Amino acid sequence: MTPMTTRALLALPVLTLGGLVLAQSRGALPRHDAPASPSGNLTVALCDGETVAEVPGVKEGETPTPAQAHAVADRLMDEWRRKHPDVAWDGDPVRLAQALPSEGGPQGAPAAAERAKEGVTTPGAAAARGATAGGAGGLPSGPQGAVQEGHTYGAFAPRDERIWQAETEKFVKEGHDVFHDAKAFGGTIGVSCDMCHPDAANTHPETYPKFQVQLGRVALLRDMINWCIQNPTRGKPLADDDPRLKAMEAYILAQRKGAALEFGKH
Amino acid sequence: MTRGFKSIETKHYEERDAFFAGLARVSRRSFLKLAGVSAGIALGKGLVTPHGFQLVEMADAAERFTFAYISDTHLYPRALNDRFVRAILKAVDDVNNLQPQPDFVLMGGDLAQLGRKAELDLGRDILKAVKAPIRMMVGEHDWFLDMGEYWKSLFGPEHYSFDHKGVHFVTIMSVQEKDFWTERGLKPEERMQIVAGLDNGIQSRFEVGEAGREWLKNDLTKVDKKTPLVVFSHSPLYKYYRPWNFWTEDADEVQAILRPFEHVTVIHGHTHQLLTNRIDDIHFHGMLSTAWPWPYAPEGLPKITIQQNRADPFDQFDGCGDGSVDVMESGLVDALYNLWDRNPMTVRASYVTSNGAQDTPPRTKLPSY
Repeated sequence: MTPMTTRALLALPVLTLGGLVLAQSRGALPRHDAPASPSGNLTVALCDGETVAEVPGVKEGETPTPAQAHAVADRLMDEWRRKHPDVAWDGDPVRLAQALPSEGGPQGAPAAAERAKEGVTTPGAAAARGATAGGAGGLPSGPQGAVQEGHTYGAFAPRDERIWQAETEKFVKEGHDVFHDAKAFGGTIGVSCDMCHPDAANTHPETYPKFQVQLGRVALLRDMINWCIQNPTRGKPLADDDPRLKAMEAYILAQRKGAALEFGKH
Repeated sequence: MTRGFKSIETKHYEERDAFFAGLARVSRRSFLKLAGVSAGIALGKGLVTPHGFQLVEMADAAERFTFAYISDTHLYPRALNDRFVRAILKAVDDVNNLQPQPDFVLMGGDLAQLGRKAELDLGRDILKAVKAPIRMMVGEHDWFLDMGEYWKSLFGPEHYSFDHKGVHFVTIMSVQEKDFWTERGLKPEERMQIVAGLDNGIQSRFEVGEAGREWLKNDLTKVDKKTPLVVFSHSPLYKYYRPWNFWTEDADEVQAILRPFEHVTVIHGHTHQLLTNRIDDIHFHGMLSTAWPWPYAPEGLPKITIQQNRADPFDQFDGCGDGSVDVMESGLVDALYNLWDRNPMTVRASYVTSNGAQDTPPRTKLPSY
């Protein structure tokens, strides 16, 4: 066993906290490593993990100019499109009905529909039509039942989706357990988060980032979690990448499913 | 300046001084007579002014007496948590500084956090410093470690009643739970820890229970229906929000026992927030906690509750406090919320009786999210 693999194995055991085992600390994330070029030029890999291009005149370790970087990105994209001639390509971003700007509250949608009837087409009106006609906004509807085969997740079945769901819920449950256990997040006076925030009530994650008046600066949800850990519960703040902090954020956000994002709200 | 001319300010202060000098000389009973007489004189002269210091309060709106409360102190052993100890000491200072002193001080339950002897002993020792007599009520945090054994050995039975200045007071144990622990093989500490949490689905819902309701019926048989009734319960004796046990499962049956009485007020703890309700003619007031404020529940908030402003997490005492209750001649009560670091708020009997039409407390500037 090389010293390198020994170190890797030592780092592998999951982080255990008073009975809590956090999935976030398991294993390493997948990487796309670009193979080195025999010429010694800088190589760049596309996010598909396969397509690679060299930057001529720039050695490994040097920084390309913006023009060189644009050129290599264009070449990678061209290469990907050449390899996937049949994949539909969205030339313009699709507008989703749910991302429509509000047009004066509840009256907004009927007003847009009215304009659509009169033949006036705005992106909003087109999307509203799309939403009711069953097709994607701004695109012509295909024949009933025809579905594009996506590349993002490969081939997947409802069973896969259930697994993804279960994994996500497990992560949220870990956050729930940390949130409800002063020892798990390092509180020293027996005060856990749920004592003031049952079901994560009154944490309003949807309002962050916002100017936190009492701190005199803009704060993220995690800044407030750490503030509470340090003050009312008298613990030490968690690092930004601490799996416990991530899990608590997951739990808090999960409790507010459906709440509209309103960053900056007081 | 013209001789004999008095400015508005001078008249105001003279009236005010005369008023307080007069008050010092009258007893409460004669004050009530005086109130009626002076109101009559004012009416006779056609001098009904909204300002000034005439004794225009009518007897019905005058108070018989006042009691104060300290509630939901949630003490851990002192060495573990001095934060909650500081809070109960602040409340003790508050009630000891009330002038005049209240007739008694109600401890609204959840003296301890996990029902341990060290916590209950600490609470008992701190409450010894209260000058007025103390009336104790039990909460679920005091109860579920040893099912109330130690609490009862310190403070007596969990249900009791007493009469005071023409008002019948009842303290009822309302946080019984159906056995969820035996089947699961839970140890007493585990049972206590589960009950101590609000947002878990494992524990049962609070209830007075059949034995408690029988005790209540029995106690009330000897009380005249016209006698004002004030009931102390730890959980609200109505159904607010079930998932957090802001709830009493057999509230309907308990209300049925109370309904025949003309003037009934329930003062409850557990919810840690300014909370007002009226069901038929029964008035309900929640007590503040000294330890921490609960957020308002996502649904079920009684219509006539005026929410207290959102609590500031950067201030330990904000949203917490203690309070006092004026029992009026009418037999109903005005509840004063002594919110620490904020203006106090009073929820008057007239506000509740009028279903929120009169004497509305100031509305919140920052409601719950």
